Amino acid sequence: MSPGIADSTPPDKRDERWQIRIRGLHKTFGPQHVLRGIDLDIERGKTNIIIGGSGQGKSVFMKHLMGLLQPDSGHIYVDGQDIVGLGEVDLGKLRRKFGMVFQYAALFDSMTVMENIAFPLLERYHLPVKEVEGRVWDLLKRLALAEVPGVDMKFPSQLSGGQRKRVGLARALIDRPEILLYDEPTTGLDPIATKNVDDMIRRTADEFAVTSVVISHDMASTFRIGDRVSMLYEGVMAVSGTPAEVRQSDHPVLREFLEMSGMGEKPLLAAPVGGGK
Amino acid sequence: MQAHPCPRRARLANAVSDSKPTAGLGVFGRILKPFADFISAFGAHMIMLFSAFVWLFRRPFRLRLFWEQMEFIGVGSLPIVMLVGFFSGAVSALQAINALSIFDQERWVGVTVGVSLAEELAPVFAGLMITARAGSGIATELGSMRITEQIDALTTFAVNPTQYLITPRVVAGALMVPVLTMAFNIIGLVGAYLVSITVHNLDVGQVTGLFTYWVDPRNYIKGLCKAFVFGLALTLAACYQGFNVRGGAKEVGLATTRSVVTGSVCILVLDYFLIEVLNAFWPISGE
Repeated sequence: MSPGIADSTPPDKRDERWQIRIRGLHKTFGPQHVLRGIDLDIERGKTNIIIGGSGQGKSVFMKHLMGLLQPDSGHIYVDGQDIVGLGEVDLGKLRRKFGMVFQYAALFDSMTVMENIAFPLLERYHLPVKEVEGRVWDLLKRLALAEVPGVDMKFPSQLSGGQRKRVGLARALIDRPEILLYDEPTTGLDPIATKNVDDMIRRTADEFAVTSVVISHDMASTFRIGDRVSMLYEGVMAVSGTPAEVRQSDHPVLREFLEMSGMGEKPLLAAPVGGGK
Repeated sequence: MQAHPCPRRARLANAVSDSKPTAGLGVFGRILKPFADFISAFGAHMIMLFSAFVWLFRRPFRLRLFWEQMEFIGVGSLPIVMLVGFFSGAVSALQAINALSIFDQERWVGVTVGVSLAEELAPVFAGLMITARAGSGIATELGSMRITEQIDALTTFAVNPTQYLITPRVVAGALMVPVLTMAFNIIGLVGAYLVSITVHNLDVGQVTGLFTYWVDPRNYIKGLCKAFVFGLALTLAACYQGFNVRGGAKEVGLATTRSVVTGSVCILVLDYFLIEVLNAFWPISGE
């Protein structure tokens, strides 16, 4: 086991460093045993990246964090509270701590940009329309969307891929979540758009002081923005640690990942090379 | 067991055999599987209906969603229902006149068309038209929302997808199919009137007199009861198929097809049982 991987003993609930702690998570779909006992700690206020090949169960794992899927066994502690087995009402309250940016933004086709971003506020609170619009415009400005002419009245189909991702992020941020989940945010984007999305994730983490969990298989992005990196392989976290520690790992699949991304050589120093903090 | 001479073909054969839904089942298993699947699907539909009903009475009440669905199912389907209604009434009148003329009893055409429209043609044809137009639309919309993770997104905002997506559609279907059925009745009678009185020069007093004497509000109540059940069934079938799509665009297309087939078959099967039930409440001979 690589250094930095959480062990399967019950975690100390008073430890403020870790916002989410996962212990012995198992999930099966029919004959497929997707998650085979995941132990992982997600650090508060940091950008935590989870890498892994296609079909390894990264998205399934992420859906467990918000209670969108229930595990067969195991525990997920969010701020010390075990969320496994919570009822729909308690899960609803828990989900207010989270924001999720979906792989393809998952914007509501039938709504404008303004309606999409305002949706969580309108559903959860009875706020004056002016206040809601003000908060939406504030986010549009901070995410560099306000400069797109008439952006608030546009429909998702009228936006580019990068703009859609930013609108998806604005919608996730509007209710000021503590934890932001990103499901493969750079999939399908060109290198420049990928760099922009990476910068956006980094800036968001700093400006809004959120804990970020990013699912990715883009190694360049991972080392550009990650504070902690974990690798999901065959249903378990095979490697976990800071970017520098992960780059030192001898795990054969991780090494192959790194080599295929042009990062195969181990750095001479233990310091992070790819921009990890 | 003898090894397959070509390992690649062996893997392919195994994959094909494993992908068959009846793989690994015995003879009895294969015979019983369609029944088990039917019971399972029926149960899943009933659970969805129950869940939609329960969520109808829980806060928040989003009236806007109900209005939108009533507009989509009701107002949107009105032109096609009117068109089909007019020609159904006209054709029924034409055939009735042809048949009744054998006995020189053409004046009964109003009664014949009125009763058949009220009890059978209007609810069944309106239901089938709405299945084809609105049912397919519902299945496609929900299926697309599912594969683009919009339904998951709703859940992340602590919005219950059943309350937000299923309940308004099922309620709108149950309310609007009876309204469209009445529209079908009215326009069908207009078609029948034009064929009988204008084209075939039947006596307007005799035709309308017999119609008003024999066609009873009970005929319309029976038809509307059927329409209410058809509205529930067709929207439920469409919501179930769309909501449970897994995969991509191909699966959305298949779900749309299944929703139309299931909705249409449900209407025709339910029609038989509803006739039996409604005739028990309002016997034909109990004039």
